[in-house]
Amino acid sequence: MAASCPMSLERKPPVTVLRVQGLGKYYLTERGRVQALSEINLEIGENDFVCIVGPSGCGKSTLLRIMAGLDTASSGKLYHRDIPLEKPQKEIGMVFQEYSLLPWRSVLDNVALGLEFSRVPKNKRLHAARNFLDTVGLREFGDALPHELSGGMQQRVAIARALANNPDLLLMDEPFGAVDAHTRILLQKELLRIWESNRKTIVFVTHSVDEAIYLADRIVLISARPGRIKEIMEVPMPRPRDRANPEYGRMAARILDQLEQEVSARRDIG
Amino acid sequence: MKTTLLEEASVQAASRKMRPGEGRTVSAEIVRSLGGPVLSLVVPILFLAMWSFLASYTGNEIILPSLGNVTELLIRPGQSLISMGSLASNIAVSLMRVLAGYILAVAIAIPTGIVMGYYSLIFRLFNSFLGLFRPIPPLAWVPLVLAWFGVASMANLFGIQEGKLYVYLNNMKLSMISIIFIGAFYPILTSAMYGVRNVRKTLVDSARVLGAGESDIFLKVLLPGSAPSIVNGMRIGLGVAWMCLVSAEMLPGSLSGVGYLITHAYTVARTDIVIAGMISIGIVGAVLDFFFRKIEDRKFTWQRLAR
Repeated sequence: MAASCPMSLERKPPVTVLRVQGLGKYYLTERGRVQALSEINLEIGENDFVCIVGPSGCGKSTLLRIMAGLDTASSGKLYHRDIPLEKPQKEIGMVFQEYSLLPWRSVLDNVALGLEFSRVPKNKRLHAARNFLDTVGLREFGDALPHELSGGMQQRVAIARALANNPDLLLMDEPFGAVDAHTRILLQKELLRIWESNRKTIVFVTHSVDEAIYLADRIVLISARPGRIKEIMEVPMPRPRDRANPEYGRMAARILDQLEQEVSARRDIG
Repeated sequence: MKTTLLEEASVQAASRKMRPGEGRTVSAEIVRSLGGPVLSLVVPILFLAMWSFLASYTGNEIILPSLGNVTELLIRPGQSLISMGSLASNIAVSLMRVLAGYILAVAIAIPTGIVMGYYSLIFRLFNSFLGLFRPIPPLAWVPLVLAWFGVASMANLFGIQEGKLYVYLNNMKLSMISIIFIGAFYPILTSAMYGVRNVRKTLVDSARVLGAGESDIFLKVLLPGSAPSIVNGMRIGLGVAWMCLVSAEMLPGSLSGVGYLITHAYTVARTDIVIAGMISIGIVGAVLDFFFRKIEDRKFTWQRLAR
């Protein structure tokens, strides 16, 4: 590879931001051991936009929590830029499904939270927070309290808050799951705009096949419990993607078919 | 605001020709426009009327003193009573005692509650143990507390022998402060513990992902997140502390305070002072409660409106 194409700015060797090796996770419950994830192998490259899709309860959110360092794996290894990952890192940001803004703090103070934890001086961090609030189009809402904002706006603030910490990997756990369909499409567009402007690496968990095809470079399909990687597929369409494109429909049909197999296979076992 | 509503109501009433059956709605309107303040006075006024009727009916100042005598005591709280100082000075002494025991309870219960709420290991270690002591009424501790502290006071504790400070500190017997402490401790502990346990896990997780250290989690997430619950517990705790006062001031070595005033007035058959003392305990308790409610209203609007 290196011999055939000389080093240039366009063709840097791909850098792996996150490497997951043989990862497994089980829980101990009253009914015994429940295997949530099994033999997950995954490489997330720089600037990748990866969507993780799977039937509900397949452990995709658990996988994301482990990637964030909030949960520990039962087996296997996890490397962030070749360093074993054990606890939350400032370089790894996360946006949660539930609203996660501190409800007693103003929107601006929420965005500045990560910088506050890093002991950045007050005026410096508020200045930075204002810029990131601008990025998500909420400049004039800095003084508002989170509950004064709609659900979609709160998630945009949560994205701004994660970006303000300047992470090299942004994990998103069904961030648009709780907003209405119309707002959801707007948020997806906005996320792509932000991602294209600063080229973060994003791992995005969703149960919406449509959302995954609209957003991702690669889609990781997880099987029903115990969650394993069933298939990894590239999304070959250029952005912005047209939902009316026949290719879009074919891809959606194929993924939905796979998911359906998973759900019915699980029903047969149960 | 109130007058305009009242005017509106009367103008409406006047402009309409009263037909049968319409009187009810108009009077309902007037009642509504007069609002809560007037309505909430109805029962107290009936109560006072009943009191003065019964007092004049029995005609015995020891069984039921007249309304006038008690009011007389209450509107002039500065006058000296049965050689034990004035009502006001006794209230001041009592307040100081309550605050000493209460501040101690706040200082210990809040950190303990937060730590127990956050670390499930510590919760499991201590919860059932502390739960054993919870149902014991503060009054039941009196004999034990007396055996431990006797008539020792804060003055003894700090080794102060004379001066004005001595007079103040000697009024605060360790036994009294312990009883007040025990009364205030549990409501505050419980509210801090459950306040922390009810802070949504996502808030803690998101703070950790943003790089929060353990002290950041406590000071910037758990403490503000459980503050509404803690302040509510502090309000209840202060109420209980204030209620423990009379029993605390009945302890030996006590020569002042509203609780002592009441028991001493009883022994010399001054029922009017007993009742005046009871009413002032009620008023001070209500005023303290009112201020806490104001704080809750002003500071924690986010909690009522969030989610």
